[in-house]
Formats: sequence, C-alpha cells, structure tokens
Amino acid sequence: MVSRVSAEPRDTAGHDSEGLALAEQVVQRALAAGATEAEALVIADDSALTRFANSEIHQNVAEDNVLVNLRIAIGKRVAVASTGRMDEEGLANLVARVTAIAPNVEELEDWGGLPEPDGAPLPPQPLAYVESTAAATPESRAAEVRAVIAAADAVGALAFGSFRTAAETVSVANSHGIRASERRTTAHMITVHMSPDGGTGYAEAASTDVTAISGAALGAEAASKARSSDRPQSIEPGEYPVVLEEYAVVDIVDQMGYLGFSASAVQEGRSFYEPGKEIGSDLVTILDDAGDPNGMPAGFDYEGVRKQRVPWIERGICREVLYDAQTASRAGRRSTGHAYPAPNPYGPLPGNIVMNAGTSARDDLISSLERGLLVTRFHYTNTVHPKLAITTGMTRDGTFLVERGKIVGPVKNLRFTMSYLDALAGVSAVARERKTVVGGFGAVVVPALRIDAWTFTGATEH
Amino acid sequence: MRDLTDRALETAAQLGASYADVRVVRRLEESIAIKTGRLEGVATGESEGFGVRVVVDGAWGFASSHRLELDEADRVAATAVRIAKASASALRRPTVLDDRPPATGRFETPVVEDPFEVPLEAKIADLMAADTAAVAVKGIAFTESMYAAQREWKTFAATDGSFTEQVITHVGSAVEANAVDGDEHQRRSFPDSGGGWQAAGYEYIRGLNLADRAEAYADEAVALLTAPQCPPGRRTIILDPSQLYMQVHESCGHPTELDRVFGTEASYAGTSFLTTDKLTDGFQYGSELVTIVADATAPGGMGTFGWDDEGVAAQAVPLIKNGAFVGYLSSRETAPRIGRRSGGAMRADGWNRLPLIRMTNINLLPVPGKSLDEIVADTDDGLYLSQCRSWSIDDRRLNFQFATEVAYDIKGGKKVGLLKNPTYTGITYEFWRSCDAIADERDFRMLGTPNCGKGEPGQIGHVGHAVSGARFRDVQVGVGKW
Repeated sequence: MVSRVSAEPRDTAGHDSEGLALAEQVVQRALAAGATEAEALVIADDSALTRFANSEIHQNVAEDNVLVNLRIAIGKRVAVASTGRMDEEGLANLVARVTAIAPNVEELEDWGGLPEPDGAPLPPQPLAYVESTAAATPESRAAEVRAVIAAADAVGALAFGSFRTAAETVSVANSHGIRASERRTTAHMITVHMSPDGGTGYAEAASTDVTAISGAALGAEAASKARSSDRPQSIEPGEYPVVLEEYAVVDIVDQMGYLGFSASAVQEGRSFYEPGKEIGSDLVTILDDAGDPNGMPAGFDYEGVRKQRVPWIERGICREVLYDAQTASRAGRRSTGHAYPAPNPYGPLPGNIVMNAGTSARDDLISSLERGLLVTRFHYTNTVHPKLAITTGMTRDGTFLVERGKIVGPVKNLRFTMSYLDALAGVSAVARERKTVVGGFGAVVVPALRIDAWTFTGATEH
Repeated sequence: MRDLTDRALETAAQLGASYADVRVVRRLEESIAIKTGRLEGVATGESEGFGVRVVVDGAWGFASSHRLELDEADRVAATAVRIAKASASALRRPTVLDDRPPATGRFETPVVEDPFEVPLEAKIADLMAADTAAVAVKGIAFTESMYAAQREWKTFAATDGSFTEQVITHVGSAVEANAVDGDEHQRRSFPDSGGGWQAAGYEYIRGLNLADRAEAYADEAVALLTAPQCPPGRRTIILDPSQLYMQVHESCGHPTELDRVFGTEASYAGTSFLTTDKLTDGFQYGSELVTIVADATAPGGMGTFGWDDEGVAAQAVPLIKNGAFVGYLSSRETAPRIGRRSGGAMRADGWNRLPLIRMTNINLLPVPGKSLDEIVADTDDGLYLSQCRSWSIDDRRLNFQFATEVAYDIKGGKKVGLLKNPTYTGITYEFWRSCDAIADERDFRMLGTPNCGKGEPGQIGHVGHAVSGARFRDVQVGVGKW
C-alpha cells in the first residue's frame, strides 16, 4: 500500500494574520472596482465532529472551510456577495458579482454606513482560543466517546450523542479602518442515554478548552438520569410549579434574545421590550456578555465592532437591547457589537447569553417544592405568539414528579404552551451553580430555576 | 473534475477503504430581502468543494475541503480513512451496504426561464411591487418579502464505478404582512410562510402573481387584529394545503426516516414511534383515505433528483397505503437491516456534509370525489386553517402542536368569519385516523420547505410536499392560556 500523503491533521485553519490580510486584500479590490465603502469578513473553520448512537460511533466527519463575505456600498446602494473559493478566479468573481449588483439596487435611504473604529485597540481574548482544542484528533474524540459509552454500559443503557471540536479564525476589515482578527475554539459534547426500561437521560458540556470536557462525567450524569427515569408514569397536564434544569433554561433565554432584545424586533414593533418595564421577578438578571470567562469569549462581532456587555434584564427590569451598525444608526446609537454576517434580515442577535447565578443550592430548588415537576430539558420549542412570548414545546430526557421536596418518580413527557414572560415573572429561586451549554446563538451560561407556575397543555406516550 | 474524483477514490482504496465515494458540489445562491418597502439585502453566494466518504474496517469516515486540487484530494481521502479507523475503535455493527447497480448519467431539473439570467433589477422590481402593495394597506406595521434562488452542480463518483452529474435549481419567494396593535401581532403570508418554493426557474415566481395577491393578504392581517380569539374545544378542522404540507412534513415525513428509527438522530432530533415491528404488522397509520408516497421523481418538487447522494436512482416509495404503514425513507446502509433495498433518500447539504436520510417529496395523494371547496361545503361546523405559524412535535413524533396564521369559522358549509391565534394539537396516528376527506386532483399542488433541519453538524434540507387539503374530525383546538 502506497500513501502519497500523511493522514496527520494540519495546523488550524488559517491564522489571524492570514485571514486579516485576505480581508484587507478583498476590501482593496472592491474599492478599486468602484465601491465607496467595503467590508470583508473572512471565516476560516477547521472543525470535526464524532457522532455516536447505540453505543458506537456511526458518523465521524471533518471539515476545512473558508468563507469570504464581502459587503460594499456605492453611495447608499448596498450589496453582499460571498464565496468559498480562495483562488484568484474565485476572488475576482466575488468582487465582480458584488460590484455588478450594487448599481442595480435601490438606495437604502437610512443607510448609516459601515462602522467606524472606536479608537481603542481590541484587547486580546486569551480565553477564546485553546490550543488543545485546535489540536484535538479523531482518536482523542473517540477516547472521550468511549468513556461516555462505558458509563452507559455500566448501567445497561445505550449511549447516543456527539462530540465536536472546532477552531475558527474570524477576521474583519473595512474601508473605514476596522481591523479585527481572532482565533476561537469550541468543544461541545452532548449525550442521551436510553435504558431498556424506557428511561432516558441527558448531559451536555461546552468550553473553549476540550480538556474541560469529561466524557466519563457526562456519561455518568446521563446514565444516572436514564436509569432514574425508567418506567415513567402518566400525569395529567395542568399547571405545576417546576424546577427547570440548566438544559431547559437555555431555551427561555434564547427566545428572550430573539423575540425581545434585538433592536430590529424593537424597531419593527414586534418586541415585548419597553425600557424600565418589569418583566421578571427580581431574581432575574440576564445579559449578553462576550467577556464572561465561563462562556466562550469573543472580542468583536461580524462587523468587527467591539462586543459590549449588554444587560437585558436587571433584577426583573428591562434595560438595554442589542444593536448592530445599521439598527444603531437608525436609533442614533452606537453598535453594541452584535452583528451577524450580512445580509442579515433578522438584525442584531445574541452571541453570549449569561443569566446571573442566584443564592440557592441547586438541590434546595427541589427540596423546597411541595408538589411539582423537575424538567431536564425541552424539545422542539417554537413561538406561538411572538409579542406575548407564548411558546410551545415538549419535555424530554428526564421529567420527574416532586412531592414534599423529594423526587418520587419519573413521569411521561408533557407538552407546554405558555408565555416565557410569565415564566420569568414566576421565578422564585435561582441556583448558585451554573452550566455552560450551547443554545441557538452560541454558548449560554445559565443556572437552574424554580418557577411557581408552568402550564402543561398535553401529554405523550413516553 | 474526473481527475479529482478518481484521485480521491484511488487514494482511499490504497489506504484501506473497502468502499469510497466522493461528491464535488458547486452551489450558487442569490437572495433579495425587502422590509417595509426598503431593500434590506441583496446577496449572492458561491461555494465549491468536495467530500470523501469511506468505509474502513466496517466503519465510516468522512472529510471534506474547499480546495479542488489533486494533492488535497489525497489529503482529504487520507483524513477520511484515518477518521474511519478511529470510528472503528467504537463499533458494534459493521457497515453493510446494499448492492445497487453502479450509477451513471446526467440529470437536470427543468428550467424555462433561468433565474440567474433574469436581470437583478427586474427581480428586485417584481418583489418591491409586491411588498409595497402590502405596505400600502392601512394598519400594516411592517412587511418582509423575500426571493431566493439556488443552483447546485453535483458530481458523484464511487469505487464501484458510479459517476453521475446533476444540475438542480430551486427558486422561492414570498410576501409577509405584519399588523401590530399593542400586545397583538398578526401576520399573513403569501403564498406560504417561509415562501413558495419549487424546483423550477423564474417562471414559477412569475406564476405566483405576488403583486396581485399581496394586498388581500395584508388586509387579512389587519382584520385579524380585531378578530375573536380561536376558542378551545374539539372541532372538525380542514387544513389548507399551506398547512397540510407541514402536517405531513412533521408527522409523516420525519417519523418514516429509517435512521431515526435506528436511533442515529436520537441525541438531537429524536427517534420515531414507527418501530420496525409496525412495518411487519401493517400498523394503521391513518384512515383508508390516507396514501403517502416519497416520490423523488415528482415534477417541481424540491426533493426531485436523478440520483440521491449515494448514487441510488430516484424512485417513488410508498410510505402509507390506504392508511397502512408500508415503507420507510431509507439508505443503502439502513434498508438491508429490514430486508429491503435503498429507497434512495440520502441527501447532503453541500459538499462539506455527510449524506443523511432526508425527505424527498413526501406527497399525500389526492382522493377523487371532492374539491377543497366542496369539502368545506360538506362541513356543517368546523374550522378552516391556513398557513403554518408555529410547529412542534415530540422526540418520537407523536404529540404535535401547530399554530396557523388564520382560522376561518365554518358554519353550514360556508366560511363565516376570521378567528385569530388558532392552534391545534393531537397524537400523530390518532389524527391521521380521523381524516375523513382529502381533496381531489383539482387542488393538488407542489409545496415544500427550504429549511428542514437535521443532523450534527447541522444540515438544512430542501424538501417537497404535494398535497391537496384534507378534513379531520374531533381535533383539540385553542391550546393554552390567552
């Protein structure tokens, strides 16, 4: 057998200097082609994911990808083009396409221009990139997966899940002098264990540092939960006090960010947000903080703008919303650094949601419950009415009846339909411990919550 | 291109792969977004790369790259082999593939008017005309209008000698009108929430007549602000095609994915209640009116192709026949486990994703006899539900809940008024067993969704659904506290 190449993994995809040089080059090409403003975003991604089911690895993939996203303005005529081709022809086509589009589009009357530098250098984010994560191998991922599987084997369950490691370089340059480049890493493992007696359990962890994720620990958590949820009993839907584990809480804060705390939602009148409005109990403080070391730090957004710490809700009171450059311009504000790659009709979105910890021990949330339900996580939630934040979804992977402060047994999964605003208003205890998990908009740091009333509207068969 | 595919396959085989395939994909995209008469975004995207999938020691490996170079083909093939060997360290059931014949040939979805050749300013003008028609309606707070086109050039080659080339073009467009008053927010979309989509050219967009229809939908969004709340209760409901296709998607399409049944999506999207014993037992999925086919040959469907992404020829696979469960969406690996051959449902989202079992065109066949209007006329008391607004279903695809944009109250065979915030819920097989009327060929039309999510890393699929409208009895509506 003759091999022409080594199967060793290469270095991480792109270095920050390479990505930034490419972004600068693309900006210059666009300006030379007639753009009056130009912005290039370069994302170089080297990621791999090991997926397992029925206690064996069944999918194992690696990806080396680069995206260049070019936004230009000719006056107030704005256009965007992207490419995954890095060869000369690909880059020339990119510039040709976008400069062909722009003259043919209508002026964006309130175009605020591409963002300007704020005058201060972007500080390095040493916690954003961890070399061990970038250097993870198929073998090292497989080793952690085997530890997860061993935990399932130990209780006679089957393990399912995935383990992803990724290194990406994000670089932004624009014609106003924005220069930003950063390497970031992500390690993320989820697992569901299923026992032959109908029990299922879940565990998840995320970090910039792959060595912080223990397959054995996650496996033990999921295996224990699976066995303790064996032979679930039916329970009538209705209104119950609940304790939501961190994996369930993430859905509430995600939806808050999307429905309420984006400047686009506010400007279009579809948000429930009003400054100073009380929408949660005084135990509730939620913010977007890309500097939180418990999350996945990032220094800037996809427009190269410094990320600000934005409090959404402080002790139950609505405070600030997220802006990108265009929504900030419309509001006469500065961007808070929450832009996503253009074109983005959704407007600014969260990237680093953090909910403040409380003072209750996690176990006390349950022991203080007279009669209610402990919910591990939600499944397939969706907004029924955006302005009221009415959401429906199912419980999954461990739902338990609690009586007089003790878990008395597992129950079959339930459907809920209720306002997440009512949920926040009903928060009566917040755990002092928090977990870092991955939500719909990136890493989320959340505690478990006790909520006084949760409306379950249906049931299923398992 | 053949140089690259040959090189990747040769390297994979030399390094120990018992099977390998390679897909080279180039994707071109274009989109226009207009909000409230303002052109918010015009974008084009181009992506190109290749992915190599291998079986080594009975285990899968996959790697991909955007660099279309021969030495990169070597590196990617070698990486895939290395990954497969790592996979083999946690393997309990070695991969066995069915023995489909080598695939060769070329396929192209029909396009009358190439959407990438229509001048951009003309496409913007068409969409702007529709959007401004909606904006002009008094009471509309904001609108969102979109147009998008995607074309993929796909080359597939495998170590068994397969070599196919395909060109697939999809287009979509929509106008969404939103009315807001205090805490109330109502919207109406045309032709569909998320857009009307087909495998077609710009002729499909012209045929939607968006500008002519937008005003009526905007009027209805405003009217919904003051319409009565849909009350709770058990009702007869009639699902318009714009809602019925989503019901088929969530409660028929996904549960028949055989990889789900075998647990490979368990940790993410979940499993399925349709365990394989239900296939042998002829499980009663629905009433005898219900026949559902996964048809990858259906004209205009976004699940239409020549071959799937492991080289299996497009075919029509019965899933539900006269109410009985008779088949799954399957792959070369999963089908042999139930004693069948692949139904050709493996599809990947671009070059950098592994093919998964995906829906093709999951079609609820029409039933001769009554049109949709005639079914309404035949309904004494009920609700007519149109346009999906919210969808959710449990992790085994049993308990579902949908919200629609609008309900029309039906009394004495006539639509007599609007109801806002309608929702309905049920258990999949109980719901389909309650189906007592399906509209005939006159209302049968191809719809689909361009955002079907599945897999890790996440993949977005374009799938088709041809439906005609149907009636269901004794359904719980009006869920939750309002």
